Amino acid sequence: MISSKKLFGLALGASMMALSATAVNAKTLVFCSEGSPEGFDPALYTAGTTFDASSRQIFNKLVEFKPGTTEIAPGLAESWTVSDDGKEYTFNLRKGVKFHSTDAFTPTRDFNADDVVFSFMRQLKEDHAYHKYVSGGAWEYFAGMDMPALLKDVMKVDDHTVKFVLNRPEAPMIANLAMDFASIQSAEYADKLAKDGKKEMLNQSAIGTGPFQLVAYQKDAVIRYKAHPDYWDGKAAIDNLVFAITQDASVRYQKLKAKECHVMPYPNPADLKAMGEDGDINLMQQEGLNVGYLAYNTMVPPFDNVNVRKALNMAINKDAILDAVFQGAGKVAKNPIPPTIWSYNDAVKDDAYDPEASKKMLAEAGVKDLKMKVWAMPVQRPYNPNARRMAELIQEDFKKVGVEVEIVSYEWGEYLKRSKAKDRDGAVLLGWTGDNGDPDNFLAVLLGCSGVGGSNRANFCHKPFEDLIQKAKIVSDAGERTKLYEEAQVVFKEQAPWATIAHSVVFKPVRKEVSGFKIDPFGGHIFYGVDIAE
Amino acid sequence: MLRFFLTRLSLLIPTFIGVTIVSFLFIRMLPGDPVLLMAGERGITEERYARLMAEFGFDKPLWQQYFVYMKQLLGGDLGNSLITKQPVWDEFFTLFPATVELSVCAIIFAVSLGIPAGIIAAVRRGSTFDHTVMTTALVGYSMPIFWWGLLLIIFFSGILHWTPVSGRISLIYFFEPVTGFMLIDSLLSGQSGAFKSAVSHLILPTVVLGTIPLAVIARQTRSAMLEVLSEDYVRTARAKGLAASRVVGLHALRNAMIPVITVVGLQVGVLFAGAILTETIFSWPGIGKWMVDSIFRRDYPSVQGGLLLIACIVMIVNLIVDMTYGLINPRIRHTR
Repeated sequence: MISSKKLFGLALGASMMALSATAVNAKTLVFCSEGSPEGFDPALYTAGTTFDASSRQIFNKLVEFKPGTTEIAPGLAESWTVSDDGKEYTFNLRKGVKFHSTDAFTPTRDFNADDVVFSFMRQLKEDHAYHKYVSGGAWEYFAGMDMPALLKDVMKVDDHTVKFVLNRPEAPMIANLAMDFASIQSAEYADKLAKDGKKEMLNQSAIGTGPFQLVAYQKDAVIRYKAHPDYWDGKAAIDNLVFAITQDASVRYQKLKAKECHVMPYPNPADLKAMGEDGDINLMQQEGLNVGYLAYNTMVPPFDNVNVRKALNMAINKDAILDAVFQGAGKVAKNPIPPTIWSYNDAVKDDAYDPEASKKMLAEAGVKDLKMKVWAMPVQRPYNPNARRMAELIQEDFKKVGVEVEIVSYEWGEYLKRSKAKDRDGAVLLGWTGDNGDPDNFLAVLLGCSGVGGSNRANFCHKPFEDLIQKAKIVSDAGERTKLYEEAQVVFKEQAPWATIAHSVVFKPVRKEVSGFKIDPFGGHIFYGVDIAE
Repeated sequence: MLRFFLTRLSLLIPTFIGVTIVSFLFIRMLPGDPVLLMAGERGITEERYARLMAEFGFDKPLWQQYFVYMKQLLGGDLGNSLITKQPVWDEFFTLFPATVELSVCAIIFAVSLGIPAGIIAAVRRGSTFDHTVMTTALVGYSMPIFWWGLLLIIFFSGILHWTPVSGRISLIYFFEPVTGFMLIDSLLSGQSGAFKSAVSHLILPTVVLGTIPLAVIARQTRSAMLEVLSEDYVRTARAKGLAASRVVGLHALRNAMIPVITVVGLQVGVLFAGAILTETIFSWPGIGKWMVDSIFRRDYPSVQGGLLLIACIVMIVNLIVDMTYGLINPRIRHTR
């Protein structure tokens, strides 16, 4: 194993060259990131902080999300075709794409199909030389997206053509390939490391085709990058990119004010007003790709009765929750997918807040003196910044309609484990942040029959809904898929397996001298296309 | 003196074994496990969960896991972090110099201000100075570190622009860490202004981390001095016409230092605890923040390795403190 200190040393030469080459007028953008990356091989991890430091700067995928959107655009693949049965995806690869060149590695060839095959097969095949190249390395996202069951093979057709063979048709496949785990590594670099007996360096001294190349990482302190001079889409407008790791949000804000950084993530809600009034700061905002919900256990009485669920939904004062919990940084959710996702059905009407009607409906359903549990998450998430407070507000709301609530909570790992149980007692506060911008990633994962006893916390398995989302999974026509998902949202609202609470609003304070920065709906921070005034 | 040293040293062996057991059990007694936390909201299938638990060795009975851990430990291996996949040893010693640098500066700050303030307060008992020192010490001791740190940042960095907000050195300086101690490395780098930048970055974290030890040391010095100053031999020395400075500086101070040194030694543990918050506020890449992150992620090898190394350091410091007693007071080293 090579220590970070040695890694720093290796990178130093490259960095000094970088600094000397960038002349006097080098543009350096400093991002006050919120934490340290776990490593630099994005396929090994699931954290956004790690993706910010690795895949979003250093690597490319075959297809990419258009900056600031969930739309798919060509990346390292210029174009692709899908077979009639939806099981074969053939990608035509971009020519002349250069990998980063450092002191430790000088590529002898451009990007080609071998790199694509290597990047996926190492995750798929347990006997691959790089399947277990780091101790305890698990391909969590690859497994989480069900890729081992979905992917049959990844084949090189020729140097610039690669074919993905699936076990079943999967319409969201292209969107999956734009995700961070699908970052393309250099097979040539991996071979060299294997020969040198330094495989673990793939996770430390990353080499990609992305707009920025890693120069140095000092654990918990700073990450330095320089613009990739031969980037296939043109060199980045900034010459150097620096991540100044700053864990505390208040301190990040002070650094932003003191010009010690140009962009900061995750501001404190309490600081938003002052940021908005600061002439030097551009407070950007966008609805997040997430949803926070209260999932009833639809398998357990009386919550197996749709009228009881509807009645409880009508008892929740969501506006009060937005004020108290989100402090304005949220929007009421009426659908199980956020408005930033295609196929969002705006025609769906939310259950109106009406305690009297709720009381009446409960009485009609024969429910009297109901006692229930509401589970409050022990952690803070964008879709639920304060679950305990939210649970207390729901407790008050339900009290008004004669329902007595006991709030329960567990350690996060336990919470996730116990909340999956089919016989779970009570309704669970939880949420979801989208992975690939596809409605399937919300509707099938969180409400599909296969997720019962797992990610489907409502244990909701309703045939009309299931038929719609299963059909949408295999249909490749975008218009038809949109219709199916719109319909599924109507069924969802009728069945009310959840009380949809809120979608968070993401705020991004950026200094005025920065231009071209776009809020990424996936919560990432992408600096290609960003410029800074001298 | 050698016998005294060996006796003290022999006590460290059972303590070390005890620490390995406590550190091993502590993290495992917390609810939740690393695999579930790794999977997060996305969840994990039963089969995959079982496979990963087996891969990490967490499916074995605790006693078996402990023996595997001890076997590794005796071979000098603390294991690899479950999160970063890096050796715990490397991670610890990459970050440790930053914590040591900050802690040493904080203790120097606390001792150099706390002892003189305590002595003067004792000598001028009941004076305005005495009241001011004691009130300030009480406030310093009661102040929440996080709040105190933010207050200083807002005032000195945000309003006055005298000090940088956080970090160890300005981002314009870039050199290979040789020792890991920024003050030394910045000097070695030869880059103009680097040392000044490193010093300016140390000021606020030092003050924040040193505030509680400063308050404790000042109060302890004052009370120890008051006790000694009322002793017969001090009265005799005064009666014999010795200069006040000689009475206080030589006769009283030396005897008052025993409890003060004890307190200074105990502050090492306090500093490690305080470092967790100070490092978080000032983005100081040390082991305090690393340990907290590891606990939250249930990174078993990092937590047990980190705890063990910190405990070893505290034990060594306490051994040094014991030896210092022996040097100051011969009666202690002759006591069996």
